[in-house]
Amino acid sequence: MLRDITIGQYFPGDSIIHKLDPRFKIVITLLYIVMLFSGGSYLCLVVGAVYTFGAILLSRIPVRMFWKSVKPLLPFLIITAVLNLLLMNTGDVIWQWKFLKITESGLNTSLFMVIRIVLLIMGSSLLTYTTSPITLTDAIERLLSPLRKVKFPVHELAMMMSIALRFIPTLIEETDKIMSAQKARGAEIDTGSFTTRAKNLISILVPLFISAFRRADELATAMECRCYHGGDGRTRLRQLRSAPRDYIALAITVLFLVGVIVLGKIA
Amino acid sequence: MAILETQELTYTYSMGTPFEKTAVDHVSLKIDEGEMVGVMGHTGSGKSTLIQHFNGLLRPTSGKVLLDGKDIWADKDKIRDVRFKVGLVFQYPEYQIFEETVFKDIAFGPKNMGLDEAEIKRRVYETARDIGLKEELMERSPFELSGGQKRRVAIAGVMAMEPRVLILDEPTAGLDPAGRDKILSHIKRYHERTKNTILIVSHSMEDIATFADKILVMSKAKLFCYDETVNVFARADEISDIGLDVPQITKVFGELRRRGLDFGKEVYTVGYARDLLLKHLNAKGGTLNC
Repeated sequence: MLRDITIGQYFPGDSIIHKLDPRFKIVITLLYIVMLFSGGSYLCLVVGAVYTFGAILLSRIPVRMFWKSVKPLLPFLIITAVLNLLLMNTGDVIWQWKFLKITESGLNTSLFMVIRIVLLIMGSSLLTYTTSPITLTDAIERLLSPLRKVKFPVHELAMMMSIALRFIPTLIEETDKIMSAQKARGAEIDTGSFTTRAKNLISILVPLFISAFRRADELATAMECRCYHGGDGRTRLRQLRSAPRDYIALAITVLFLVGVIVLGKIA
Repeated sequence: MAILETQELTYTYSMGTPFEKTAVDHVSLKIDEGEMVGVMGHTGSGKSTLIQHFNGLLRPTSGKVLLDGKDIWADKDKIRDVRFKVGLVFQYPEYQIFEETVFKDIAFGPKNMGLDEAEIKRRVYETARDIGLKEELMERSPFELSGGQKRRVAIAGVMAMEPRVLILDEPTAGLDPAGRDKILSHIKRYHERTKNTILIVSHSMEDIATFADKILVMSKAKLFCYDETVNVFARADEISDIGLDVPQITKVFGELRRRGLDFGKEVYTVGYARDLLLKHLNAKGGTLNC
């Protein structure tokens, strides 16, 4: 159950998408989001979809992995779609029942929104699927480094992020283990009434918090033992270097963005 | 009569992802009632996955698990009853402790079974005695106890459900020798009192040799062998081929045999070795020639 969470998961590989400089990948993803939200017509979405699926194919990650990242957000998608359907009152009425009515523009907007959000999730999943969390935070640190001039704690922020990302799988595993242990003692977690489930949640949360604090403590000691003292004067083992392919990828993305904007203006 | 049985049990993790891995591969075995079984296997050999099938925490990808001859997955809603009959103590079980007092934590399992107050109290005190926890500890917070005591509280938490099969996954991992001996001897005493079936996963061959009637060896997701302790340690060479070890004393006697002193039997406990040697020495009039 918990193993199915794919948010922030990384699938190792050596496709061209995996090899792109993570700094470029972040910028490209931002441009991609702008692209999805600047197009106002279906044609723009089609262009966006072509771009997305092209990138997915290049990454050689099975498409069903992307479906897995969309699945947890389905309820949210459905609520958005239904609200859009019912609250848009302009245009031709297609269906009416008492005060509820569905109009053509409502149908259009909700369909449009759903496609847009699905593409958004798939595109951003591609970033985390093809970039290891460590290189991702490295890239964020580099991209934010100008902010250091205004005393923004960039390094600390990046370190916190990498620690948090690093411990997501550990904590999931830990939760899984504690859940199994309590289930072995007859705790009802997936089954049973709401109140028993809520009560049994305590038997999972208490050990989980205790172990999280213990881990934090041990990690702090281990970092201090290795003379960690923040970001000043720290060098890196792996330097980020941009290659021609990074600029080509960026150029292609910009081209698509301009294309979508132009298409939107024409329509 | 076999209390636990598996038929062609297979389990695959993360089916359909790049991380797909078969952890248990077509394992068929029968465990008889009242046996004390040692479970050995290299890290990642599938032994932990296997034992999680015995109480229905994991559902086989294919194959069956039978308890008392009945498929435990025949009725999905009854799986909780299986967990009360087959108690599983995980590795480092002290991390599952959460209650305010030792008593409450041990009582968690029995309470989930829906027993009445008096019965819960009887069981908690009885298992506490079995595992060697003093009565004055019962009202203390479990988090104030020592590592070995915490471990025993956690084990008692499963024992108190009075399962017919008790499975312990490395119950002595990370404890000092004194704590280790204490836990093992208490488990042994519990076995003698209740005559329940017990499975213990352990990496210590010495430990397994002293308590187990039978040994189950897993290697690379497959069942390597399941046999009487004597017969398993007789295959010392094969055992070391799959990266496991036989007890030191068995190695000593293997070497003695190689040098011409054959006792004709497999020796795997120090006590037995001492008796054999003393008998031999007396017969020879006090000298050992080899």
